[in-house]
Parts: sequence; C-alpha cells; structure tokens
Amino acid sequence: MADCMKVLFVMLGGFIGAIARYSIGEWIHTNNGFPLGTLLINLLGCFLLGWFLTFITIKKKIRTEYTLFLGTGLIGSFTTFSTFSVETIRLLQNGFLLNGALYILTSILFGLLLTYLGVKLAITNGEKGVTN
Amino acid sequence: MIWLIGLGGSLGAAARYSLGIFINNNYRSKPFPLGTLIINISGSFLLGLLAKLYSANEISAAVWFFAGVGFCGAYTTFSTFGYETITLIQSNKAVIAGAYVLSSVILSTVTAAIGFAIW
Repeated sequence: MADCMKVLFVMLGGFIGAIARYSIGEWIHTNNGFPLGTLLINLLGCFLLGWFLTFITIKKKIRTEYTLFLGTGLIGSFTTFSTFSVETIRLLQNGFLLNGALYILTSILFGLLLTYLGVKLAITNGEKGVTN
Repeated sequence: MIWLIGLGGSLGAAARYSLGIFINNNYRSKPFPLGTLIINISGSFLLGLLAKLYSANEISAAVWFFAGVGFCGAYTTFSTFGYETITLIQSNKAVIAGAYVLSSVILSTVTAAIGFAIW
C-alpha cells in the first residue's frame, strides 16, 4: 500500500476517534473536579487496543489498512496522554493533591490492567477458535 | 465545532504516525518506546500552553477545539503507552517498562506545567 494511502487510513480513524473522545467526555460530567471522563476513555481504549493488537497478531491475515484505521487512528486518537497530563497539573495547581495522585495511580494501574485483560481475552478466544 | 475536533484529530493522528516512523527509523532505542514518549511529552507541553492561552482568552474556542481537543488529544495516546508497557513486561523487561511508565508520567506532567507557565 502506498504511504499516502496509509496516512489517509490513520487520519480517518483519528477523525472518528477524536470526535468520540469529545462526545463521551461531554457526556460523562462530574461535579467534584475529578477527570472521570478522560479516565474512563483511556481505560476503555487500553482494553480495546490490547485486545485488537493481539487479535490481529493471532489472525495474521488482517489487512494493514484495518490496523492503521482502527488501532493507530481510531483507538490511538480516542485515548489521550496530553489531556491526562494537563488535568493532573490542574488538580495539583488547585491544591487537590490527593485527587491528583489518585488520578495518576488509577490511570496507570487500571490502564495497564485493562490492556492486559484485553490481551488475555484475545489469546483465550484465539485458543478456543472464537476469533474465526 | 465537532468538525474542527475531527479535523484536528485526523492531523494529530497523522503527525503521531509519521513522527513515530521517523523516530523509529533514525534512533535505535529499542526496546525502549522512544517515539511514543517524545510524542506524549511534546503534546503535553503544547496542550498545557494552549490550555493557558484559552483560559486567558488569548485564543478562540475554535482554535482550542481544533488544536487542543482535536490535534493534541489525538497526537498523544494513552492506549499505545499501555500496550507498549504490557509488551515490555511480557518480554521480561520489567525495568525498562518501569522506566517507561515513570518517564512518561513525570516528563509529560512537568512539560505540561512548563507549557502552562511560560505564557
């Protein structure tokens, strides 16, 4: 596949991923200042990417454009590290030290746990032949 | 407004994809995921700066949604960070995984704070 076509698939995924992130973020509103929206978006995206990248490794026949569109583009743009960083800084600057620490810890620990669960699910389903 | 976010998101994803390939081709850092680290640090800095400019009414809501929510949000990624960390742990490279997690969190929040403070 030509390089410019690859970038187009990534961009299409990025378009949808960014809009989905904003829409879900607006939908999940909290009054206590804790960035629950970004947290849930990042956790969901971690699970989906862990599952998807393992699934395509097992399947092997998945076309590159699906990986670029769904993995690199859509899920990659759905989750965000910069909003996580800025929200952490905002919590710390406003004196919510405990919430800031809690936000970092839950993002990292549950993010890694859900990635792992996504990977495990794809492997288990692959062994059972469910992926076919 | 939603189209500006989508447009910014598509450009952010393209920038992440292209820069990732460029860094992997030019800097042999493997197995350390240097590309994603540099992307997440630089995007956090830019979003910190944009957040400050937006809250100070120096940029319009349209610029914020395009460049901040769309571009920076999509340029940086949390899911790839998680997947790379799990991959390192599963290949028995727990020390590199720990260094990757710590450097990502510390350097990204520090550069976001710098972006926030320089204006």
